Amino acid sequence: MALKEKRLIMKHVDEPGYTNDIDCYLKHGGYEDLKKAVALKPEYICAEVMESGVRGRGGAGFPAGMKWKFLDRKSGKPIYLICNCDESEPGTFKDRQIVHKDPHQLIEGMMIAAFAIQAKLAFIYIRGEFFQGYRILEKAIEEARAGNFLGENILDTGYSCDIIVHRGAGAYICGEETGLIESLEGKRANPRIKPPYFPAALGLYQCPTIVNNVETLCDVKHIVNMGGKEFAKIGTSGNTGTRTWCVSGHVMNPGYYEFACADITLGQLIYDICGGLKPGRKLKAVIPGGSSAKVLRADERFRGTLQDGTEFDWGIEDIPMDFDSLAACGSMSGSGGVIVMDDSTDIVEALANINYFYAHESCGQCTPCREGVPWLRKVTRRMVDGEAREEDADLLKSIADQIAGRTICAFGEAASWPVQSFIEKFKDEFVEKAREQAARRKEGKKPATETTLV
Amino acid sequence: MSEHPTVEKIVINVDGKDVEVPAGINAIEAARLHGKEIPHYCYHPKLSIAGNCRMCLIEMGMPMRDRATGEPIMNEAGKQKIGWGPKPTIGCATNVAPGMHLKTDSPMVKEARNGVTEFLLINHPLDCPICDQAGECRLQEFSADHGRCESRFIEEKNVKPKHTTLGPRVTLDDERCILCSRCIRFSSEIAGDDCLGFVDRGTYSTLTCYPGRELKHNYSLNTVDICPVGALTETDFRFKMRVWFLKRTNSICTESSAGSNSTIWSREGKIYRITPRRNDAVNDTWMTDSGRELFKAIETGDRLTRYTVDGVHKTPDETALVATDLLKGGAVAIVGSAHSSVEEQFLYSLMAGRTDAKVSLIRRTGEGDGILLTEDRTPNMRGALLTGLISELPAGDVGSLAESIKSGTVKTLVVVNEDVTVFGLPTDILSKVKIIYFGTHANETGRVADVVCPSLSVFEKEGSFVNVSFRVQKFAAAIPGPKGVLPDVSILEKIVAALDGEKPVGGITHDILWERLAGKIPQFAGLTWSGIGDEGTAVDPTAFLDLPFPERKHLKFDPVAFKKVPVAPVEA
Repeated sequence: MALKEKRLIMKHVDEPGYTNDIDCYLKHGGYEDLKKAVALKPEYICAEVMESGVRGRGGAGFPAGMKWKFLDRKSGKPIYLICNCDESEPGTFKDRQIVHKDPHQLIEGMMIAAFAIQAKLAFIYIRGEFFQGYRILEKAIEEARAGNFLGENILDTGYSCDIIVHRGAGAYICGEETGLIESLEGKRANPRIKPPYFPAALGLYQCPTIVNNVETLCDVKHIVNMGGKEFAKIGTSGNTGTRTWCVSGHVMNPGYYEFACADITLGQLIYDICGGLKPGRKLKAVIPGGSSAKVLRADERFRGTLQDGTEFDWGIEDIPMDFDSLAACGSMSGSGGVIVMDDSTDIVEALANINYFYAHESCGQCTPCREGVPWLRKVTRRMVDGEAREEDADLLKSIADQIAGRTICAFGEAASWPVQSFIEKFKDEFVEKAREQAARRKEGKKPATETTLV
Repeated sequence: MSEHPTVEKIVINVDGKDVEVPAGINAIEAARLHGKEIPHYCYHPKLSIAGNCRMCLIEMGMPMRDRATGEPIMNEAGKQKIGWGPKPTIGCATNVAPGMHLKTDSPMVKEARNGVTEFLLINHPLDCPICDQAGECRLQEFSADHGRCESRFIEEKNVKPKHTTLGPRVTLDDERCILCSRCIRFSSEIAGDDCLGFVDRGTYSTLTCYPGRELKHNYSLNTVDICPVGALTETDFRFKMRVWFLKRTNSICTESSAGSNSTIWSREGKIYRITPRRNDAVNDTWMTDSGRELFKAIETGDRLTRYTVDGVHKTPDETALVATDLLKGGAVAIVGSAHSSVEEQFLYSLMAGRTDAKVSLIRRTGEGDGILLTEDRTPNMRGALLTGLISELPAGDVGSLAESIKSGTVKTLVVVNEDVTVFGLPTDILSKVKIIYFGTHANETGRVADVVCPSLSVFEKEGSFVNVSFRVQKFAAAIPGPKGVLPDVSILEKIVAALDGEKPVGGITHDILWERLAGKIPQFAGLTWSGIGDEGTAVDPTAFLDLPFPERKHLKFDPVAFKKVPVAPVEA
């Protein structure tokens, strides 16, 4: 098989004998890039990151260099760097791997980024449930401080910056960057309204703040290592660097796999890398970027024009795994959580499960999300409980349409995209379920309740 | 308003029409200025922006410019193209900018409002028939305007706590709450007592007090006023009366010299509640809880209702005659009141002038709260100064009069609505003089008085007060006074005119009184009764700036700044 992972971030991870302590990290060339970076000008590193074209790995895919450029440096207020390690998107488990298996890489990436933006203080906001990860990071930071890689007067350059690890409050919304900032300030993680509270201008403690994903910050280390230009050569234009795809669901070998952007197709990922589906099963649907991404139906044809003008006509297996291709297919690469569903999946139950999650996690601040998402949950719950109606599919779609684009943060989209796409692509199954249940009710039979998930 | 005439004006486009608006305001206010209502719940002009209700979603666009060159992009008609946002944006957090285009009733906007309204109603109990807010409920109004009229919601509604006691004056129904957070923001930003918050998450979010705390600050009822739905209700007013039966009357709070503008809600001669009335120069939209309870005092049983001379019931004319004769005898002293209206004080001041009487006032001060309860607990001390009733601030009680009474230099004492027996003139001293008492309620002074003229309370008469920042503010009569009791100005006119041998004007009106005031008092020159607007008129305070007023800084008044820049005398 010609397909080979291109491991950049996960390079040493999983190598026999590779441990997460600093000695092992230094043996593998650790902190050399930080030494290189602090000898450079901060603006130069920012320019390199810009040139690399690296896009945020947290979900939205916003160019990190651009984000840094928006930083308000004129205010005279201290600048903060926050590492978003609140990985909570269902289907995503890459950040935890980095934290557990290679924490020093994250610390090195963070310190380079902190130096580049001249941050006064850096935070790692780690998901509350990652208690083991928290301990690993605390230990790693102690080791790094002892090695003078962070703290006072880093590597005798005169630049000082420390990292504070903050455990999250156990909510999905803490991963939304302004919600994260509120939480870090000790408040409820209610996302802020934008405008005016763009973190780059009014972030943590109303100071300019950069919030980057774990993987993005690790990429910064590699950008300094190889130079922005070289980094940009990985993947395709606009989709640079590697992505760690977290494959879960009905495949033989679920797990995380790092590839250069667009190096493989979805079909290769499922069939060649993950060993295909379970015996005798057929592919039904894939959610390519964490549960909030729009679902792709296995027998769909995707036609359209890419940004560079090339026309495409793909089946689900032909979609190159990168930001723009998945976006062109009407979904997104999101946080890289690829959820594979085979033909044993009851699509209504799958949606009920997703709705349950989002209804549970809505922060409750703004009306459409607070009221709409639990309504979605109640409808799908009723459907799987045997009281489905034929009109429910349209109702679900209509409720979701009333949420997306009208909320304070992107949670509204995250919660309504699954519903919109499930209904758009599998409406027949929703209607079929309603008919089946109506027939059962008519015969006086009890509804078939198999699901225990919701 | 012309108080900030220097605010820069910019041109924006609202629903296809170019309009001029002040720079810096948000889209809701800009649209309001031009007759377009953008519905909203969480936005309040005097609180920070929360942006959580999503009711004020509108379409916003800016003139397009070429990214590279910065040149305007033109359309076929030669006008600059407008780059409309793909999604609606909230009006409350959208500040106007030159050239901004707004759509306040496009299909997208209507759709958004419809959606938000439906969401707000699915878990709402819809108990309008038994809800106190009915009739003044934003949710009810906007549901009629923007809702879909039928429910698609067949699931079970959320259950939340009902009739929770948040504090001594406020009751909460969490099921009606739409989580707009106005009350939370008010308590922390204005009242300075951060006692409210949400617990639980998502659709189960519930408004409550922090553990061990109560909503008991003296501004707690403002949370009821600003609650856009029937979640927060006034415990006292709850289930008492439908708001649409109530008559609204503009009034002024008499609790302190802040002079908060208020509205009295009454029906058939009974007051049901008092709420603040917006005046950005005085009290914004707030009022103290204690000020709202003042009306209860007039309902107590010991009201004076009869004109009496030596305990014998007389007509007002007979009483005025006796009083005049007493005053003509000379050796008069007056204990006036800073609770009297400007017009009454003016007549007392004439009375003092014509009888050569010494006027004393009683000092009523207390601790201020820095918001709307000032140190001076009288509503009209400035009025007493302006009308010439007094020339310096009262020192304390009126004990100093005791000597004059004992020595016989005072033979007739006029007392206005004060019980001087507790302010230094015990009954054995009072027994040495003839007393003319004007007052609303029976007290020890009234009991020993020779002539008693019952007065009307602030709720039963019209008049004006001058507040801490020298703003003349009118109040109107909300309810009728006790049967047969004339307004104080009528009886005073009879007495004061007779003192000079003039013929009193029958049925004296405030128009006539203000003609006299404008003629006599330089600060009131040019003012007329009808010319004093609902928000009052500031007068020139220069003559009194050096007096040692007790007021310290509060919401809208800073004595230090006021001395430097007194508010302009007359507004356009």
